[in-house]
Amino acid sequence: MKERLAKTPSWVRGVAASLGTLALFWFGLDFISDIEGPSRLWANILDVFGAGDAAEEVRKRGINETLAKGLISVVAIFIGTVGVWLLYLIANLSIDRLAASWQTRLRPLIFVGPAMAVLGFFLVYPIVSTTWTSLTEDVDGGVSLENYGWALTDESLRIAFRNNLLWLVFATGGSVVLGLLVATLVDRVKREALAKTFIFLPLAISFVGASVIWKFVYAWRPEGAEQIGILNAAATTAGFEPVAWTIERPLNTFALILIMVWLQTGFAMVIFSAALKNVPGEVIEAARLDGANEFQLFFRVVLPMIRGTIITVGTTVFIAVLKVFDVVFVMTGGRFDTEVVANRMFTEMFTFRNFGRASTLAVLLLVVVAPIMVLNVRNLRQQGFAQ
Amino acid sequence: MTVPQVTKPIPRLATANRFQSFMKRQPVRIAVVLIAFFWTLPTAGVLISSFREADDINSTGWWHALKNPFDFSQWTLSNYTDVLSSDGMADAFANSVIVAIPATIIPITIAAFAAYAFAWMEFPGRGMLFALVIALLVVPLQMALIPVLRTYADLDLSGTFLGLWLAHTGFGLPLAIYLLYSYISQLPRDMLEAAFVDGASHFTAFIRLVVPLSMPAIASFGIFQFLWVWNDLLVALVFNQRDPVVTVQLSELVGSKGQDWHLLTAGAFVAMIVPLIVFLSLQRFFVRGLLAGSVKG
Repeated sequence: MKERLAKTPSWVRGVAASLGTLALFWFGLDFISDIEGPSRLWANILDVFGAGDAAEEVRKRGINETLAKGLISVVAIFIGTVGVWLLYLIANLSIDRLAASWQTRLRPLIFVGPAMAVLGFFLVYPIVSTTWTSLTEDVDGGVSLENYGWALTDESLRIAFRNNLLWLVFATGGSVVLGLLVATLVDRVKREALAKTFIFLPLAISFVGASVIWKFVYAWRPEGAEQIGILNAAATTAGFEPVAWTIERPLNTFALILIMVWLQTGFAMVIFSAALKNVPGEVIEAARLDGANEFQLFFRVVLPMIRGTIITVGTTVFIAVLKVFDVVFVMTGGRFDTEVVANRMFTEMFTFRNFGRASTLAVLLLVVVAPIMVLNVRNLRQQGFAQ
Repeated sequence: MTVPQVTKPIPRLATANRFQSFMKRQPVRIAVVLIAFFWTLPTAGVLISSFREADDINSTGWWHALKNPFDFSQWTLSNYTDVLSSDGMADAFANSVIVAIPATIIPITIAAFAAYAFAWMEFPGRGMLFALVIALLVVPLQMALIPVLRTYADLDLSGTFLGLWLAHTGFGLPLAIYLLYSYISQLPRDMLEAAFVDGASHFTAFIRLVVPLSMPAIASFGIFQFLWVWNDLLVALVFNQRDPVVTVQLSELVGSKGQDWHLLTAGAFVAMIVPLIVFLSLQRFFVRGLLAGSVKG
């Protein structure tokens, strides 16, 4: 048997191995596709061995749900990790059999092809499709700008746009200014790393988790009742009335913005802190010798030197804030005039099934980031990539 | 200022200097401690409340528990057992693991191959395709939701783990390619050329040389992507409501049990614990990844 296997041409073995892997991959995907996967497979195995009654029994009753879930997890993680590597391995091995000139031509395709296919499917095609949808659905017929007219004139959307603007200005500005301030301060104390960790930590927390945390901070009880939210407890102790932070407008939008600032300041701080450490000591010494005080030093010397970093951080936070969704979705659901564009898009899509209108809102978000796309590509060209 | 009479000038002067710089530094130190304190306060409140009885949470503020922290009768784990079993957080936790691990490894694999090709292979359209990757860096993923949802419906992919892995792969890929490219393209040319002279193919060079050497960049992106996927709500909500992950489950709890603080606080910590551990243990790599330029769309 072993001899026979050795005698078969290598390409036959290659094809057999590839087909085997693909088949396993396929069965694996079926196995993990739903909770019944494991019992389905077990029933099929019983069928193959002629135990039809037992198979029917398994199909009817299923197997223990926790066990099924555990099996699915193991198989799913295996397919998702090892499986993908195997696919690349097979593709490369099959190319090895070809003539050298074909190898040089096809190898790059195997290396970049999958990435480009995924990008095409998940980003390039959707950009075209969503734009088309925004022009052709939820309109009276044909191709029309009706949805854009709606987006720019509708009263409830005007509130959403205004809020997005507030978010962009105050969440971005707040994170950048606070991040810079904290970075400057933290630079000068001992145990810098520890202090940084505390401020940086929220970055690991999801928007949903942060929303729960802050819902608790903002918790409101009627006047006279014991306040369990720390902010209202502080307010009532100081002699004020308790405030319904997430309901009272326009305060509520700022209460939500504060959550974003809390999350993003750590990010800004870390990047600024690294940039500040890169400002050469001699420059600062020279400025000090010339009699600059600390404020002049900061605004006239340090700030201009880290201008590039400020722009980068500002842009990154800007893009994150532009698409803010989770915080509003969890905190208020967009009620009490806290609506933002991304949340409204979700509502149009899932609640109203207005795909044309939802697409229109998505396109508007893209339009805002389009200049950043152009700038990024232009920077790339200037760095002389491959042209 | 009068000059004090000094008998032992050098030590005195040093003490005075130290005192002066101490006084000068003190406001900064106080400010930093205060900021760190206020930054931690909201999370601390939720953490402490998650171990308190439901009645206690609703009748007094969480800071009251700190008056007698060693009065163990006030602490309980029942919020966690409740939220894990009857409110489905344990299941959601398993789903999050199933989603997040492949949704981190798959984009790394695909991006590493592509980044290698962009850095070390010649092929037609290379510059154009890389410019496309860069342009896609900041595309809001809202653009992709509806078309992908429709295609998924045709392909029976919505409500599957595979669908979520692929969606996260697609949305994370531009950043992955960009970060890995900037690292892989900086590897020494001599080393790779020596490997080719010794008869290594691109595939061998990639597996044996480039991947091991790029581990710092791979780790940085891996942590970033893992946290992103684990913490994501929107993609999970749109493409797979059948197997809710922790964020989806938690947001549902907020909707259905918005006043049950004992459940919400415990649920929030179940959802946060993995990112916090990953983050605290691998902070170094994470910061490096951030510094390399995180501009995810």
